[in-house]
Formats: sequence, C-alpha cells, structure tokens
Amino acid sequence: MSKKEEVSKQFLDALEFRGIKRRDFLKYCGATAVLLGLSESFGPKIAAAVEKATKRTPVIWLNFASDSGCTEAFIKATYPSPAEVILDILSVDYNETIMAAAGKQADEILANSAKAGGYILIVEGGIPTKKGHGMISNKEMLDVFKEMASPCVAIVAIGSCATDGGVPAAKPNPSQIIGTKEAMQRVGINKPLVNLDLCPVNPQYLVGVVVNFLLLGKLPDLDGFGRPKMFYAQTIHDNCERRAHFDAGRYVEKFGSNEEALGYCLYKMGCKGPMTYSACPKIQYNDRTSWCIKAGGPCIGCAERGWTDKFAGFYEPLPGVKIPGLGGVEAGADKIGAVAAVATVAGIAIHAAATAASGRTKDDGGKK
Amino acid sequence: MARITIDPMTRIEGHLRIDVEIEGGKVKDAWTTGTLFRGFEIILQGRDPRDAWHITQRICGVCPTSHGHASSMSMDDAFKVRPPDNGRIIRNMIEGAQFVHSHILWFYHLNALDYVDVVSALKAQPKEASLKKVQGKLKAFVDSGQLGPFANAYWGHPAYKLPPDVNLLAVAHYLEALQMQAKAAQVSALFGGRMPMTMTSPPGGVTHVPSVDDLKNYLFRVKELQDWIDNVFITDLLAIAPYYLGAAGVGKGYANFLSWGVFEDASFDPKKRLLPRGAIFASDFPKVHDAKPEDVMEHTSHSWYKNSKPLNPATGETDPQYTDYDSNKKYTWSKAPRLQGKPMEVGALARMVVAYAAGQPTVTKLINDTLAKIGHPGHPEVLFGIIGRIAARTLECKMVADSMEQWGLELIGNIKNGNTAVYADYTIPDKAQGIGLWEAPRGALGHWIDVDGKKIKNYQCVVPTTWNVCPRDDNGMRGPIEEALIGTAVENAEKPLEVLRVVHSFDPCLACTVHVIHPESNRIMDFKVA
Repeated sequence: MSKKEEVSKQFLDALEFRGIKRRDFLKYCGATAVLLGLSESFGPKIAAAVEKATKRTPVIWLNFASDSGCTEAFIKATYPSPAEVILDILSVDYNETIMAAAGKQADEILANSAKAGGYILIVEGGIPTKKGHGMISNKEMLDVFKEMASPCVAIVAIGSCATDGGVPAAKPNPSQIIGTKEAMQRVGINKPLVNLDLCPVNPQYLVGVVVNFLLLGKLPDLDGFGRPKMFYAQTIHDNCERRAHFDAGRYVEKFGSNEEALGYCLYKMGCKGPMTYSACPKIQYNDRTSWCIKAGGPCIGCAERGWTDKFAGFYEPLPGVKIPGLGGVEAGADKIGAVAAVATVAGIAIHAAATAASGRTKDDGGKK
Repeated sequence: MARITIDPMTRIEGHLRIDVEIEGGKVKDAWTTGTLFRGFEIILQGRDPRDAWHITQRICGVCPTSHGHASSMSMDDAFKVRPPDNGRIIRNMIEGAQFVHSHILWFYHLNALDYVDVVSALKAQPKEASLKKVQGKLKAFVDSGQLGPFANAYWGHPAYKLPPDVNLLAVAHYLEALQMQAKAAQVSALFGGRMPMTMTSPPGGVTHVPSVDDLKNYLFRVKELQDWIDNVFITDLLAIAPYYLGAAGVGKGYANFLSWGVFEDASFDPKKRLLPRGAIFASDFPKVHDAKPEDVMEHTSHSWYKNSKPLNPATGETDPQYTDYDSNKKYTWSKAPRLQGKPMEVGALARMVVAYAAGQPTVTKLINDTLAKIGHPGHPEVLFGIIGRIAARTLECKMVADSMEQWGLELIGNIKNGNTAVYADYTIPDKAQGIGLWEAPRGALGHWIDVDGKKIKNYQCVVPTTWNVCPRDDNGMRGPIEEALIGTAVENAEKPLEVLRVVHSFDPCLACTVHVIHPESNRIMDFKVA
C-alpha cells in the first residue's frame, strides 16, 4: 500500500469508526459545497481536501469585553456539533470558558501558541482602551490582542462586540471599547479579517467560515464591512416568512393578537428586518428550531453595525418605509434595502475618515 | 507563606482573578478580582425603557433570559401591567429551559473537569460497545498530540479520586451533555425565537400565541430532557458522589443564603414562587427571614470606585477610579453588596436551602432523600459547601424540568378553555419606578428602573455573581467566595486544583458582576425606590 493509500485508509477507518460510510461522507461534502454557495460538483474536491489534512487546525479563541454569548451560541451549533468541531475538525487550544487548564498553565498555552503561530484567531468581545478596564493575566486586553494577533494566519471577529464594540460600546461607550478592525489599526497588525456581525453570532455562520477556510483553503468572499457575502448579501425582509403579509398590507398591531397568531407582518411593531442584512430567516437558530420573527419578536437589527444606537427605540416602526396599501408599493421596502446598501458604502468612507481624524470613540456625554 | 495567583480563572463566564495565601498547606487568606468593566447602566440612560430588556440581556450571554425577565418585570411593576396567566407561564417555560441548559453545562463542562480525570479514562476497561467507542475516540485524540481544551491541565493530581471506569463514563457523558444543553436551549428558542438572547418577553407578557405545533414540540422535547436528567445526570451525580464525600464541609463559607425567588406563581406572590423568596442567616438557621430590596447596601471601599458610605442600589452612587491592583486596598471592579449588613451566598444551594427551610414540599423531599442516601438524615447543614452546591444544582435541574412539563400542561389547559391571552397592553407613564426581583441560574438578580419623560432616567442591577464574588466590605468582611476558600487544603501550590473546586462551586459569571457606574462624570446617581 502506498503512503497515500495508507493515509486514505486510515481516514476511512476513522470515518467508519464514527459510523460514517464513505458514500455518506461524499454526500456531506456535496451538501457542504451547496451551503457554501458552490456547485455540488465541488463535493469530491472538498472530500479530497479533508482526506489530505493530517493535523487539525489550531484555534486560539480570546474573550475580551464580551458576555460570552457567542461562546454560548457556538456550543449550540449542530451538524457539525461543538464536540465534532472541537474534537474532530479543529484544535481549540485556548478558550477560557471551556479549557481545563487555568492560571499559569493557561498562560503557558498562550505563550506556546504565540511561538508556534499558524492558528486561526477567534475574537469574541470588543477591546476596552481605558486603562485597567479590561485585564487578562494582569495585562491590558489590547496588549494581549497584539501578542496573539501577530502570529495568527487569520482573524475571525464573532458577534457585534468583536466587530465594532457592540452593546457595551453604545453611547457613551464607558470603557472606550473598540472593535477588532480598529484594534488591528491601533497596534499595526495587518491580517485577513472576517467580521461576523450579529448579537450573538449565529453559530452556523462561524462554522460556515471555518469549513470554507479548511476545505477551500481561503476565506469566503467579503462585503465592504468584511462580512461573508454568503450570509450578509440580503436583508431579513428579503427572505422573511412573513413577507407576503407585508406585501398584502396585513400587519400585527398588538402582541399576542389574532393577527400575530396568523403570522402577519411585524413592521408596525418596530421590526428592523427591512434594513438589516443577515441570513437569519434562512439559517435560523438553535438547529432551526425558530428565529426571532417566527416567534413573534420583531427584529431589533442586531446584525447591523452600531445597532444599539442606530435602531434605538426598538419597538418604534422604522421611518421611511413605504407601506403597501397606504399609497406605497412593494418596491418601497426594496428601495429601503438599496438605500441602506448605499448608506453602508458611505458609512465605511465616513468611518475611515473619522477614525483617521480623531480616533473614533468620543464620549458624547450619554445624550442621544 | 506562599501566594498563588490564578489569572485567568477558566471554566467560568468572564474575567476573574483569584489570589490565595497558603500557610501549612491550607488557604489562609483569599481575594477575588473582577478584571473587566463595561458600564451597562450608564448606556441605558436616556433610552426608551422598552429597549432595556434587550440591552440588559447582553449583560450576560449565559443567563440572558433571566436579565431580560428581571428587566421586563421591573417595567411590569413600573407601568402597572400584569402579564396574563399564559404570559406568566410562557416566561416560566423559557426561563426554565435556560435553568436546565445552564445547570447541565455547568455540571459537565465547567465543573466536572475538577473531579474527572480525562487521561485516567484511557485506563478503563469498558465492556459496553458505546464506551469502547468513546475510549477509542479519546485515545485517537490523545495520540494526535493535539489536546485542545484538555491540554496542560492537572491530570494525575492526587485529588482526583475516581477509578478509570467512572472517569470514562463521565467523559462519555461530557460529550452527550454538550448535545443536551443545546437541546435545552432549543426549548427556550421555541418560544423565545433564539437562545442566547430571546426576543419575545417584553413588558406586559410575551408576544406570541403558541400554536399546537409549538406545544407538541415543547412537551416532547421536555420529556427527552427529563429522561436524560433522571437516567444520566442524576445517575452520574450518584456514581461520582461516594468518591468525594470526604469533601463535605469544604468550601462552606458564611452559610448565609439569599433568594429573591423564581418561577412565578399564579398569585404573583414571591413567597409562593416555585422556589420562594427568603433569606437565611447562619446565626439562626433554619429561620426564614423576609428578603427585602431596601435591606441591600453596596460597599465600595475595596473596589475601583471613589469611596462613599454604603448605599442602597436605589440611591447608588458610583464613581469609578481605577488604581493598580492592591489587595490591601482596592483590587476589583466588583462592589460588595450586603443584606442587613451580611455577606450572602446566592445560587442553587441558596434557593434550595430557603425552599427547604420554608417547607416547599418537592424540595423537602429531594433534600431529605439526598441526605438519607449520603448517610446524614436530618442534617441539611452538611450540604453547606462544594458538595452541596453540586447536589443543589443537579436536584434543581430535575425539579425545574419536571415543573416545565406541568407548566406546559397548564398552558394547554388554559388554551383549551378558550384563554389565549399572552400579553397585556400598557402605556408608558411619564414618570415611573419599578423593581424586578428574580433569580438567574447563578442566583439572586435585581433590576431597578426609574423612568422620567418616558425615557430611562436611571437603571441599576444587582446580579448574582456580585453577591458571591464581591471583595471585602467597609468592615473588612470578606466576600462569600473569599470566605469559602479559607481553610481549603492545597496539596500542590503549582497545581491548585482544590482552589478551582471551591471557586467553580459558585458557578461565577463575571460579565454579570461588573457594570455599575458613570465613568466620566463623577455624577451621583439619584435613584429612588418606588
């Protein structure tokens, strides 16, 4: 048996051991290809890539100013389950919430990983820049970030806190928390960065990026905010299961009403779906048990940058959305989507200019 | 005298540092430090009050639902609206699923590795095919040389007492429990839209009228959880317990207990909640005292705030001032709350002790059965400590899962009788104040809201881990975890496993702990109790 055949056999044995037949495995890979927006014919290529991999890709997962909601979300992932991700797919060498080692022994792991490099860095939580407001092992979080970001191959910022500071960076941002991109600029680090905006991250988005990276050897295509297009190209409104009711002018006007039970549109209850880019309606949450709008909760727009301030007054209807049946047409809402996309691009330019001019996080004294 | 610093303290939520001084192989003194400050209360000022229940869920990603519910309850109180019976029941169902999820996760994924030696499981000689399979997988994993989250731990430490076969069983269930905690979260998602960060419990009740399909899904999922808790979770506790009975009394601490009570009763009387409100003081155990929010005072002399006299959260004055770590002076972002001047332990053990002393029948039976099994009938005080905290979470998990089935049937009964109301409307008054007192899985949780001009003027939270992980107070009295560490035997200062056990027994959640203040303005928060 050649070396190659031997590796292949070992791999197949390992699959068999877990109760997976080769045919099933190829089927999974085909399905994964579809998930990634590729043609199913990529399946065999993906299978070959997996068979070749001998070492699990190391991951360093750092929590900064977070509430661990994204760790919690991640361990709700299914297919692959967190156990499969942790034990079979990746080598999660550092994650303070689940790791067995503590204190000195945990520090040693970080130090050794920094020396070895070659890991994916997952960032959860924003980074406080006020002295003493965020410390790990008696070091400022920004310093820990710098140490660990330098040797990594790519950074995945999961959840709104990691992308732009999130809720704790909402006005007046008491601990002057910044997102990963800004932290990279401050400490002079240039690495590939994927932003997974959402509060908390949808675990399938994270798994999707990791699978994309491992199987295809590259990060997914990103939009202007550094978000994978495969998850952020369309608004929630575009794919909403209640959309037909919006188009027909049928709205919920009170929670718990008959109209709600009939699944009418939540726009008048404050739903931010028309201005929020995320694949929530398609991928849903908790093994597709449900998602916000299905359960009668109007979208609060938590996939958008700066959502806590941008959409403050979560239960107030979005201004400027033309409502079908009230002089507007369906195009009204689609236009909102288009306007938001333009605003997004403009927002990036403004953001970059403001950052260059002043270092963004100015306290406005808590007044909205 | 040797001083050990454990930073980061892992297998908890958030950022915690522990310092202990060891003399003669025992902990002589201890300090707990919260090392992250975010400042949620100030972020809430000036906002639409209805946004608060979403924003405060982001205080903690492990128990977001409890924060959301406490927040909505503070507004139910302030806006004088009472959720319809179905709203009350559905909130209990969403909350209950979170408790079940949280306790499973804590037992297997946060706490168990202090008692279960993963490497020793390789020496087991299993007969069952399923265990052989897990062992094979574990061996392949260890042979790969990439130990991931199991690297560099205290494996082989003499304080690990389980035989290899029991270790292997626990490892197998560690993996199974990962699936079960996710399933429990699915139950929260069923009515809450997603978990973490549920979407459907605003002030006034809940948003959604459950369909027949929702109810069917709920009952069958709850049944699956109940079966697993009875046949695996409880069984594991009983399999592991005999090897660690020597730890009874370890980590006892003050044995003062506070519970605000959780799982609303139809009467909305907090003393009739499934786990009732009350306080227990070691000095006159088992007398149950009234627990009143006006008896809470917060101290700051050892926290990174400018000193002020102790104040009630309702008049909380907070003025942050980071100075370097100095365990003789200031050493944490956590304040030190006290009830009637006393440091209080909160959490599952506190709830069970209060419920037991108050004569709650289900709890009384569960505790009495447990005491009989471990050979201490009639002596609930043997449960004060790390063993009791583990047992209390396990028993509470069972009790809540069983109640979830009852709530589901109650809800179906109401709907059958034509009662489908889940939400009561309200108008936000120009000025209003309210308090929401509830329990997160980790213990007593309070939200205070003050509305002025239909906006939030002030918002305060006093959360579970602040009670447990707080520093010394103005009288130099240690916080509950600090006190519980005193006297703990530490065999090897390089590998302080016994210290981890005591800290983990409280299931600390640091994101919850630290968030009260106005960092920029030095402004005194003039908050009044309703």
